[in-house]
Amino acid sequence: MKIALNRFSLALAASLLSATALSGSANAQDEGLVVYNAQHESLGREWIDAFTKETGIKVTMRQGSDMQFANQIIQEGDASPADVFLTENSPAMTLVDGAGLFAPIEKETLDQVPDQYRPADGMWTGIAARTTVFAYDKTKLTEDKLPKSLLDLQDPAWKGRWGAAPAGADFQAIVAALLQLKGEDATKAWLKGLKDNATPYKGNSVAMKAVNAGEVEGAVIYHYYWFGDQAKTGENSKNVGMHYFKNQDPGAFVSVSGGGVLKSTQHMKEAQAFLKFVTGKAGQGVLKDGTSYEYAIGKDAPSNDKLTPLADLNAPKVEASTLDSKKVVELMTAAGLI
Amino acid sequence: MTTSGNRLSKAVAFLFQRVKASALLQDNRLLASGNQAPVAPRATRMVLPRGRMPHASVILLATVVAIFSLVPLGFIGWVTYDVGWETVKTLVFRPRVGELLVNTVLLESITIPVSIALAVTLAWLTERTDIPFGRLWAWLAIAPLAVPAFVHSYAWVSLVPGMRGLQSGVFVSVIAYYPFLYLPVAAALRRLDPAIEDAAASLGLNPWRVFFRAVLPQLRLAICGGSLLIALHLLSEYGLFVMIRFDTFATAIVDQFQSSYNSPASNMLGGVLVACCLFLLGFEVLVRGNERYARVGSGSPRPADRRRLGWFVAPAMLLPVVLAALTLGVPLVTLGRWLYLGGTDIWRIEVGSAFLQTIVLAVVGGVLATIAAAPMAWLSVRAPGRFQRVLEACHYYVGSLPGVVVALALVTITVRLVLPLYQTFATLIVAYVMLFLPRAMVGLRASIAQAPVELERAAMGLGRTPGQAVRQITMRLAAPGAAASVALAALGITNELTATLMLSPNGVDTLATKFWSLTSEIDYVSAAPYAFMMIVLSLPLTLMLYLQSKRTAGQ
Repeated sequence: MKIALNRFSLALAASLLSATALSGSANAQDEGLVVYNAQHESLGREWIDAFTKETGIKVTMRQGSDMQFANQIIQEGDASPADVFLTENSPAMTLVDGAGLFAPIEKETLDQVPDQYRPADGMWTGIAARTTVFAYDKTKLTEDKLPKSLLDLQDPAWKGRWGAAPAGADFQAIVAALLQLKGEDATKAWLKGLKDNATPYKGNSVAMKAVNAGEVEGAVIYHYYWFGDQAKTGENSKNVGMHYFKNQDPGAFVSVSGGGVLKSTQHMKEAQAFLKFVTGKAGQGVLKDGTSYEYAIGKDAPSNDKLTPLADLNAPKVEASTLDSKKVVELMTAAGLI
Repeated sequence: MTTSGNRLSKAVAFLFQRVKASALLQDNRLLASGNQAPVAPRATRMVLPRGRMPHASVILLATVVAIFSLVPLGFIGWVTYDVGWETVKTLVFRPRVGELLVNTVLLESITIPVSIALAVTLAWLTERTDIPFGRLWAWLAIAPLAVPAFVHSYAWVSLVPGMRGLQSGVFVSVIAYYPFLYLPVAAALRRLDPAIEDAAASLGLNPWRVFFRAVLPQLRLAICGGSLLIALHLLSEYGLFVMIRFDTFATAIVDQFQSSYNSPASNMLGGVLVACCLFLLGFEVLVRGNERYARVGSGSPRPADRRRLGWFVAPAMLLPVVLAALTLGVPLVTLGRWLYLGGTDIWRIEVGSAFLQTIVLAVVGGVLATIAAAPMAWLSVRAPGRFQRVLEACHYYVGSLPGVVVALALVTITVRLVLPLYQTFATLIVAYVMLFLPRAMVGLRASIAQAPVELERAAMGLGRTPGQAVRQITMRLAAPGAAASVALAALGITNELTATLMLSPNGVDTLATKFWSLTSEIDYVSAAPYAFMMIVLSLPLTLMLYLQSKRTAGQ
C-alpha cells in the first residue's frame, strides 16, 4: 500500500518538476528577443533564423495576427513581453503608435527605407509590401469580363460570384485603404455589397483555392499567395489568373508590412538591430530569394524577378500611417462580416 | 444549475462507464455493489464517527476549486455590466448573431438525431445480434475518438476539396462524435434486463415493437447523456468547422478575437454561447424525465440472447464496414497519402519538440485536473448534501464552456490583474484544469463510490485517523479510476486548440497549434506529421479508457 502511494507521489512530483522546467524555459530568462510576429510564420522564421545566424542573438517568436497583437500590446502596456512587433499590414502599426507605445526607429534603419514606405514620424518602418489583386478563374472569366474597379464588386451582377477572407488582417487593411480613399459612406456601401455578394473564406490561400476549384469566379486577395503556390506544386492555382486593377483604383492598393520596437523593451539595442537587419540587405534579400514572394521595399533592394515591379502597379496614393483600423473593425462588425 | 451540473456529469460519465447512468450517478451505491441490494442510505452518510473535521477541510478545498471555476462566467457578467446595456444590445441583437444562431440550431438539430439513429443501430448490431466479428466492430466504433475532430475534417477536405457549409458540417460532426453516443448506448444495451423484453414479447408484440416499446425507452438515459455531450462539443468545436467553412459561435469569437483581441464583441458572443450551453443542459433535463430505470430487488439479470440475423447478415454487415471506412479509413488513407508525399523532409525537429511539449502539458494538466477534482468527487460520494450539490454544479458547468470563452476570460484577467501570470505555463494549465474538470470528476467519482466505506471505518477502528484512512484505503482503491480521469483529461488537452492558441507561453507549440498554423496556410503535407503524432498520442489514452470502462463494469 505504502509502495503504491509512494509511487503515486513520485509520479506527481515528476510531473510537477517537468511543469516547472517547461515554464522555466518558457519564461523570460532565456527567451532572448521576443518578436510578436503577425507576418506569415514561415517568413518570420526565415528572418529570425538569418538574424540569429548573423548576430548570435536568440529570438523567440510568438505567432498571431495583426489586430490581435496590436490590441494585445495596448492591453499589456508597459509590461508587454514583446520587444519587436512585425505585421502583415500597416493599420495595426498605426494603432500601437497611436497608443504611444513605440520607440523611435534608429536613423540608420530609416535611411534604408524609402519615404513612401514608412510614416514621416519614424516611429515604425515598412519591412515589405504586398499588392491587392483579383484572382480569377481563367476558365470562366476573360479580360473583358473582369471588374474594372474593386468597387464594381458591390454590384448585384456579382452576387455569388466572388470571395474574400474578410476576417483576416489582410482584408481589413484593404478596407482601411478604401475608407481613406473613398470615405465612410462608400465603404459602408461596399461592405454591404461584400456581405450580400461574396462568399467568406478563412484566409487568402483558402479563397484562392476556392477560385481554383471553381467555387467562385474570383477573389480579392494579395498577390503572393498565387506566386507561392506556383512555386510549390501549383495545385491550388493552376486555373487562377491574376488581375491587377492599376489606375490608382482602391483595388490596386499596396499594403505596407510594418515593424516596430516597443518602448518598454529591455533589449533596445538588440531590437533595433533586428529591424535594421530586416530592412537591410540581408533581410530584404530574404524577400527576393525566399519563398514569401512579398515585395522588398528597401532602397535599391530588388524584389523577386517573377513579380510585376512595384512601380508598374499604378497604386493609389494612401497615407499608411493614418489607416484607421479601429473604424474598420467597427464598420465590419456593423456590416455583419465579423 | 445544480441539476444541470448533474446532467452534464451523467453525460460525461457515459464515456467510460458501461453501466446505466442512473445507477452510476443517482445512486452510486448501486454501482459499488453491482446489482445487489442497495446499501441503506444512512450508512453512506455516517462516514466519520469521530468528528467532522476532514469534512470541513475537504469542503474548503472543493469551495476553492468551485470559486476558480466561476471565474469565466463571472467575467462575462462583469464585461456585460461594464459595457452597459446599450452596447450589449447592439452587439448581441444584430443580424450576424442571428445567422450564427440559425447555423447552430440547424447543426445541432440535424447532427444529433442522425448520430442517435446511427449509434443505436450500430450498438444493437454489435451487442444484441450474432453479427460476425462483433468485438471488432465494437472496437472500431470507438476508435474514431482517437482522431481529433479537426483531423477528421482535414482528411475530408483533402479528399473532397469542395466540402463546406451545413451539410458537410453535419457529416463530419457525425463521423467525429458518434462514438460519444455509441459507448453509452452499447453499455446500456448490454446491461438491460431481458426479462422486460420477454414480458413484452409474451404480450404478443412483434420484435420491432418490442424494440421500440420495451428497449428504446430504456435507452433514454444513455441517449440523452450521449447527445448532450455531442451537443456541447458542437458548440465549442472550432477547428472542424473552420476547415470546412461553416460559421458557428466558436469560429466567430476567434475571428473577433483576431480582429480586435478581447473586444466586448467577442465577449458578448461568448455570452450568447454560454446561454446556448445552459439551454442545452436544461433541455436535456426536460427530455430525459424522471422515470426510474434502475432494477429493483436482488438477483441479477441473465445476459440477453443475441438475435439471429439470418439472411439479413449481409446488409447488416454493410453498416459497420462502411462506417469504419468513413471514420477511420478516410483519415488514415489521406494522412498516409500526405505523409508519403512529404517523405522524410516533413519530419522536422519541431515535430518532436511539439510532441514532447504536448505530452508534458497533457500529463501535468490531466494530473492537476484530477487532483483538483478529488475533494469534490469524494464529497459527492461520501457526504452529499445541498451545499455540496451547488459546489458540484460549479465544477461541472465550466467544462461545458468552449475553450475560447475560458481563454478570453483568463487573457483579460491575467493582463489586468496578475500580469506575472500572463502568457505563462501556469495560466494555460489553469485553463486546462477548468475545461477538463468534469472529465476528471467522473472517473474519480465512480471509483470512489466503488471503494466500500466499511474499509475506511475498519481502518479507523484500527487506529488510523480519518485523513489517513481516506488516503490509505479509498485513494488507493480509487487509483484506477483516477488513472482513467487523467487519461480522459489528457486526451482532451492533446486535442485542445483555441485556449492553447490564446494562452500559451511564447515559444510553446503543441501538436494541435502547429498543425493548425500549417493547415491554415494549406500546407497539408507539412501538417501531416503533427496529425499523425496526435493520433499516436491519443490511441493509448483511448485504449486505456476502453479497458477501464470494462473494469468498472466488472467485466
